[in-house]
Amino acid sequence: MVIDIVGSVILFFVVVVLAWPLGKYMNKVYKNEVSGTGLLTKIELKIFRLLKVNPSGNMNIRQYLVAFALINGVWLVYGFCILLIQGQSFLNPAGNPSMEWTLALHSAISFITSTNQQHYSGETGATYFSQIGVFTLLQFVSAAASLSVGVAIIRCLKKNGQQLGNFFVDFIRSCTRILFPLALVVGMLFISRGMPMTFDGPARVISLQGDTTLLATGPVAAMVPIKELGSNGGGYFGTNNAHPFENPDFISYMVHYIIVLLLPMAFVFFIGYFLENRKFSNMIFGVMTLGLLLVTIPIVWQETSGNPLVSQMGIDTRSGNMEGKEMRFGSYYTGFYTGENAVVPAGTITAMLDSYQPLSAIPMLIGMQVDGFFGGLGTGLINIFYYLIVAVFLGCQMIGRTPILLGRKIGLVEMQLATGVAVLQLMVPIVLTAIACFVMNATPGANNTLGWLGNSGPHGFTTIFYEYVSATAGNGSGFEALGDNTVYWNLTTSLAMLTGRFVPIVGVLVIAYLLSKRKYVESSAGVLKTETATFGLFLFMVIILLNALSTLPVFALGPLQEYFQMNH
Amino acid sequence: MNENVLRAIKVTGVAIFLFAILLPIILLGIAYFAPNHGKGKIIEYKGQVYYSNIGQLFSAPKYFSTRPSAVKYNSNASGGSNKGPSNTLYLLEVQSRIDSFLLRNPDVNKAMIPVDLVTASGSGLDPHISVQAALIQVKRIAKIRNLQELVLNQLIEENTEKPFLEVFGPEKINVLKLNIALDEL
Repeated sequence: MVIDIVGSVILFFVVVVLAWPLGKYMNKVYKNEVSGTGLLTKIELKIFRLLKVNPSGNMNIRQYLVAFALINGVWLVYGFCILLIQGQSFLNPAGNPSMEWTLALHSAISFITSTNQQHYSGETGATYFSQIGVFTLLQFVSAAASLSVGVAIIRCLKKNGQQLGNFFVDFIRSCTRILFPLALVVGMLFISRGMPMTFDGPARVISLQGDTTLLATGPVAAMVPIKELGSNGGGYFGTNNAHPFENPDFISYMVHYIIVLLLPMAFVFFIGYFLENRKFSNMIFGVMTLGLLLVTIPIVWQETSGNPLVSQMGIDTRSGNMEGKEMRFGSYYTGFYTGENAVVPAGTITAMLDSYQPLSAIPMLIGMQVDGFFGGLGTGLINIFYYLIVAVFLGCQMIGRTPILLGRKIGLVEMQLATGVAVLQLMVPIVLTAIACFVMNATPGANNTLGWLGNSGPHGFTTIFYEYVSATAGNGSGFEALGDNTVYWNLTTSLAMLTGRFVPIVGVLVIAYLLSKRKYVESSAGVLKTETATFGLFLFMVIILLNALSTLPVFALGPLQEYFQMNH
Repeated sequence: MNENVLRAIKVTGVAIFLFAILLPIILLGIAYFAPNHGKGKIIEYKGQVYYSNIGQLFSAPKYFSTRPSAVKYNSNASGGSNKGPSNTLYLLEVQSRIDSFLLRNPDVNKAMIPVDLVTASGSGLDPHISVQAALIQVKRIAKIRNLQELVLNQLIEENTEKPFLEVFGPEKINVLKLNIALDEL
């Protein structure tokens, strides 16, 4: 246990050491200060000419939102159409069928919103063509899109910037300068660990004792790097990172851990360099790290302690709760990874979350709902931003100052937007859970006719709530005993994913744009200092308070009830 | 067509070229020159090809057995049990696994059975077991194969995979490699 703690702390610091220079580099990329004569620059200029965009031009908020909406629309139509006909298209050696329309719609929305909730199983539900041409592609572009929005927001907050920049320029640079090279390096690392990269069909294999079985394989190493780097999480196989081909050994586990957190953390450092306000980004970094710790520790504790009902059977449970977990990671590192992927909406899993202890579900749900303790690439900032507005406003009310964030006065509209977004994010999963429970109650013999819940009682309730929280937060992990590939679940979670992705993005973009139009106020004794540890702690309390108040009753009905039933 | 729509389509085209064509082709090229040509970790034994990372079902008593699997080691449909920790059916299943293990290994004390040997893995394809899970199968295999327990214990020690750099990750045993070594004795 002690050695595991040392190992995991080292792993976290490796991420910090890598993210720091990367943040510096991102600062150069988005200020367009990278060397001007290289091959990449020439290619970029060609692309900009093809798109007819001015690389140093600016968009106003209307143009920006139109560009963002249109491009997402194009991706949605593209993904939806291909998934509908994938069975007839080429690169389908396994002969997998086309998707039913609600499943195709759900999968397309899931990947453009960077949620990557999967109601299909990769081995039997997708062709090689859709794995590469749809799922890998959409993971790249959705990540580049949210990264660009994040950059635009930061640009608005700059002292004399007051500009959004051009969406397409940021988008292309995110692709060529950041995502492509990183994915290439990581892909090479994964191939060296034994991850398949082949277009051969499923192999027929014979085991040592003589059983014959099919072995699903494919171009895995092209897809897996971006699912982590872009906070996406759409795995190649049904069991995601628990599958030995997506995560062959402990070294690949460490690479997974590092790259999930790498870009979201680098983005925090980037904020500091870009705004030339390192203290502010350090404060954000502190809040996020504290959040990550407080989510991870209870999960690790619960999973290493094991299942009390199994311990009662008199066997050796010192290695913890191993149901649904893999031996090469063990319960400690599985819990450690789960904590990271609850706060960062990659939402990849090295174990089946459904078999976790009931109390592990609470930190996972809180981490997902906040979605800003590092959070997604670009979206982490977006989610922490509306909490920032609320915290500055509350803090200034308490000490009787004018609410000013980074030199800009927060007005009525900004405040209304921020609270609106925050409340909506919290309400969507609760309301949808209530409706699902109502439907179950109203259906006679619901357990058999609907076939939704693989585990009944409070655990089943947690399953439903988890699915909707995960969809809204763009996380995409799930309690997989849920019979989720049905018209009802495909459509309702699609709704949750769309609101969860686009409401905060549009809301926060508008807030940042409005703030950028205000006059810059120099910091003085009359302004609440947002760079201090005190304010960081206050911000943290605001986040926890808002989330705890809204979801405590739900926790009581689900995980807490199951815990007390197991330990009475 | 509207200029904005056209631009969105063009950007998508650029992205398709970069991420769905160029990147996979580069990685495919790199994989071709990698050991095993990007097909995963392969070991050959007696002319047969085995994937060392993909767990196999070992039901024959003469082999060290792998962990229970919710998909019976069907490597075309990975999956865990997804049973909740308080699910009554799940608890009955674990109990019956303990009982049947004790039937097959009458010399083993119940308190020695490690939890990984009676719980299903996440992928259903877990290639590893814990060291203790291998050690408690020694008596059975020694009897069937007419071997000395000491030899088997040594085999287990040789096949134990230590934590990476002595720090990272749990100690474990790849069952396929162990069983191949066992056949080679």
